[in-house]
Amino acid sequence: MLEFTYKAHCDLLGKFKIDTEYDIVTVRQTIRQYAKDMGMGIVDQTRITTAVSELFRNMYNYAGGGEVLIERGEVENHHALIVTCTDQGPGIEDIELAMTDGYTSGQGMGYGLPGAKRLVDRFEIQSKLKEGTTVRMMKWK
Amino acid sequence: MNLHEKRIPIIKIHDYLIVPIQVDMHDKLAIQLQSQILEEIAKTRAKGVLIDISVLEMVDSFIGRMLSGMASMAAIMDTSVVIVGMQPAVAITLVELGLEMPGVDTALNMEKGMEMLERRLNSRKTDSF
Repeated sequence: MLEFTYKAHCDLLGKFKIDTEYDIVTVRQTIRQYAKDMGMGIVDQTRITTAVSELFRNMYNYAGGGEVLIERGEVENHHALIVTCTDQGPGIEDIELAMTDGYTSGQGMGYGLPGAKRLVDRFEIQSKLKEGTTVRMMKWK
Repeated sequence: MNLHEKRIPIIKIHDYLIVPIQVDMHDKLAIQLQSQILEEIAKTRAKGVLIDISVLEMVDSFIGRMLSGMASMAAIMDTSVVIVGMQPAVAITLVELGLEMPGVDTALNMEKGMEMLERRLNSRKTDSF
């Protein structure tokens, strides 16, 4: 499991499963609603929604799905929306490579991870071969 | 709301097809729409397609890729595609995501998109003389 690199007090907003393509749509809509409720502007709402959409699709394509934890908390004096995606997929062999723009292992076009990273304020990833991958993203209000 | 049963209408007006995307598309729906539009182009011999995405609150790399793929496929079938009404927040996010959409023509709204297609059609008519 991912180690927190920050100290935070978090409130759990929701826990969801990504099992189908439809879940990708409904959970990203839910996250947009949370972002809106927190008072984020329309561009930030769009950024976080797009970033999670990329991650959910990665989880769905490479790991057959996974779990999404949505929290709200104070991180480094920011109001943060925190989304953690965990899967039990094959894991990523070379994270640095996977985070390189334009790199793809075949199914995508290579925008997924590096693209998502650019859209959020914090991006952390941990992966272990044959065990799975956890990605945590944060967006400041 | 049942996501499984969503369908996107394709409306034919004269030489054009109008496709108002008014739902948050899941991947299968996006792929289905792509082939649906191509079939409709073949059937109606439409010269232009206007895809209205003004109510789309998000375009991720998958949908972006679907739209640019759509434009290239239609071009091979001698039809122009114009994407109209992209929201500013969507445009900002697409650029930050790093997605380029080569060969995709865009217009601010349906009216401007229609003018764009008409201009193109007319210049092509003149060219052929």
